Amino acid sequence: MKQTLVALVEDKPGVLNRVANLFRRRNFNIESLAVGHSETPGVSRMTIVTDEEEYLRRNIVRTNLLKMVNVITVEDVTDIPSVIRETALIKVRIDATKRREVMDLAEMYRGRIVDVANHSLIVEVTGESTKIDSMLEVLEPIGIVEVMRTGKIAMRRGSVTAREKNGTSGT
Amino acid sequence: MGKTLTGADIIWECLVQEGVEVVFGYPGGAILRAYDALNNYYDQLHHVLVRHEQGATHMADGYARASGKVGVAIATSGPGATNMVTGLATAMMDSSPIVCITGQVASTAIGGDAFQECDVTGVTMPVTKHNYLVTDVNELAQIIREAFYIARTGRPGPVLIDVPKNVQFAEIENFVYPTEPINLPGYQPPKNLPQEQVDKALELINNAKKPVILAGHGVLLANAMPELLELSQKGNIPVTPTLLGIGGLPASNPLNIGMMGMHGEACANHAIQESDLLIACGMRFDDRVTGKLNTYSPNSKKIHIDIDASEINKNIRVDLGLVTDLGIALRQINPKIEQKDRSAWLHQIRDWQEESNQRDVLNIESPTLLAAQAIRKVWEGTAGNAVIVSDVGQHQMLESQYYPHEEPNTLLTSGGLGTMGFSVPASIGASFHVKDREVWVIVGDGCIQMTIMELATAVQENANINICIINNGHLGMVRQWQQMFYDARYAETPISSPNYVKLAEAYGMPGYRVDKLEDIIPIMRKAQAHDGPVLIEMVVEQYDMVYPMVPAGADLDAMIRRPHPQFEDMEI
Repeated sequence: MKQTLVALVEDKPGVLNRVANLFRRRNFNIESLAVGHSETPGVSRMTIVTDEEEYLRRNIVRTNLLKMVNVITVEDVTDIPSVIRETALIKVRIDATKRREVMDLAEMYRGRIVDVANHSLIVEVTGESTKIDSMLEVLEPIGIVEVMRTGKIAMRRGSVTAREKNGTSGT
Repeated sequence: MGKTLTGADIIWECLVQEGVEVVFGYPGGAILRAYDALNNYYDQLHHVLVRHEQGATHMADGYARASGKVGVAIATSGPGATNMVTGLATAMMDSSPIVCITGQVASTAIGGDAFQECDVTGVTMPVTKHNYLVTDVNELAQIIREAFYIARTGRPGPVLIDVPKNVQFAEIENFVYPTEPINLPGYQPPKNLPQEQVDKALELINNAKKPVILAGHGVLLANAMPELLELSQKGNIPVTPTLLGIGGLPASNPLNIGMMGMHGEACANHAIQESDLLIACGMRFDDRVTGKLNTYSPNSKKIHIDIDASEINKNIRVDLGLVTDLGIALRQINPKIEQKDRSAWLHQIRDWQEESNQRDVLNIESPTLLAAQAIRKVWEGTAGNAVIVSDVGQHQMLESQYYPHEEPNTLLTSGGLGTMGFSVPASIGASFHVKDREVWVIVGDGCIQMTIMELATAVQENANINICIINNGHLGMVRQWQQMFYDARYAETPISSPNYVKLAEAYGMPGYRVDKLEDIIPIMRKAQAHDGPVLIEMVVEQYDMVYPMVPAGADLDAMIRRPHPQFEDMEI
């Protein structure tokens, strides 16, 4: 199982570089990393997915992140009920005969057509990664020419926030 | 009402406010404005002009290790800063608190490949605890305060501050030194352990029959020597230090069974392998102390106390990880440690020790001077009371075996990174703090040639250091590995040396050569009578080895021992 971490970090120059550098330096595999503003000015929120399987190893990834001066909290939401989403933009090569088919498929996946041209369409789809994998699979025979996936973003279900789930102190 | 200060002034002003008395550095283009401002601060701090920026970092490091205070090094941009990388990595691996300040090209020029430009915060990111690129002079003072705070608190480590030229020139009217508390939301001081963790530790310790305390550098960094002594005495628990843990418990304490690891005491390694409980205090299960991981101490429960949560379960799986300052943890645990009679266990360890005494190199008659015997003479000649700065290799391991240390912070050495060339500059740094003891350097002929230019710094500063070069004409430890594991094919390990006596004279310091055991003490007396640096070359046996040795990747108790007729068939 992939490990999903949610980190609150100070919004300072180089923080993304520090996190990426840590993963390379400690030989942790990074699957995806999504970063953006949080509800608090000056604090960014990262969702990091690793492919570390083993529990103790996963804990070391978490504590290493937490140790960084600019990292405020880190929560491992792998085993916690969470909403995990990913968005993909998929460009499909089509001719007039296939247009309807792609539009129907997009609808089945609750996706949207966000660009139409004579010989292509862009489908936008959001959901769990497995849903996006599935959508890619059905579009493949029609002719995918470009895919952009955002990487996962995660948020715990319920009223607990990432900020309240503070880990042990950084050193 | 404050004064109008430039960024350059603020650097020195903040260092003075932090209590810095000495800095080690080298001027250059991008740090020139700061050096100009130094003229106004000579009455408040002393600047040591080094001969290479690597030396500045090791001096800051040596000063920090000897004093427990933050050491400071300064260099210019580009090559000045990149020369610091080895020293930063050395301090990072050994958790040594240093602050390095580097000049940088003007912030408007960054990214344009200007003369002597280098992405120093990028280069040093993996070898610093934290680093800063200052872009606004208004943030400079606060950043310097944070840097010192981060360097010395928690698990100490190096912090680098990169200060662009235009920030040094920029002025602040009415500069007031910031006094508000440091607020780093992602960085919090260690707390007390939850009671259930303390109870779990007590249950494990009080029920152990064959416990061993593994005492690391954390003992010294946390100043937890009294707590370690109390735990050990109260529970009758033997203690084995790591290389950097030496001095955490006096060597003469009967419960100190000697250093663990690749070249540790055989009895300590046997004790670890036979133990039923390891109590790891501020150490990190480095491969040089564990040997093969999956056969390491197979029958023991393990408690690991460390201030750095990411060390728990990193190399060795433990049963109980306690994350806090070691002093805090032991003060919570010690009161309920039960007095136990563990004499059977201690006797078993003493029996293992007995065999080592038989094999001891000190008992060997040799036509040539043996390095171990020379180092033991240095111990005699200093009454075991000096601050020893050792370098990296055979002489370093022999020092740890043959120079017993009674006090903390009296052995300064590059443990984690194993940086050859560390000792001479580090000793110069240490000499600025150590005034009530002698500072002696034990260094190989390979190591000294890596940073030999700092002899000029020692002479310029009249640093009170005594340098013993253990000259075996080889890169000794590498040669030992070649002899043991590469069929004695000595590729690139024989190394020539300059005439050290003449070299010392050329640098302006007394130099001596000795090749007989009985001549060592008289020459040491001359060195001790001399005010300032002295160099003594000790010409030793070229083909001696350091024993015991755990081959890399072998079980910790699979030690190669010094051959002895009582135990092995051998020709004498």
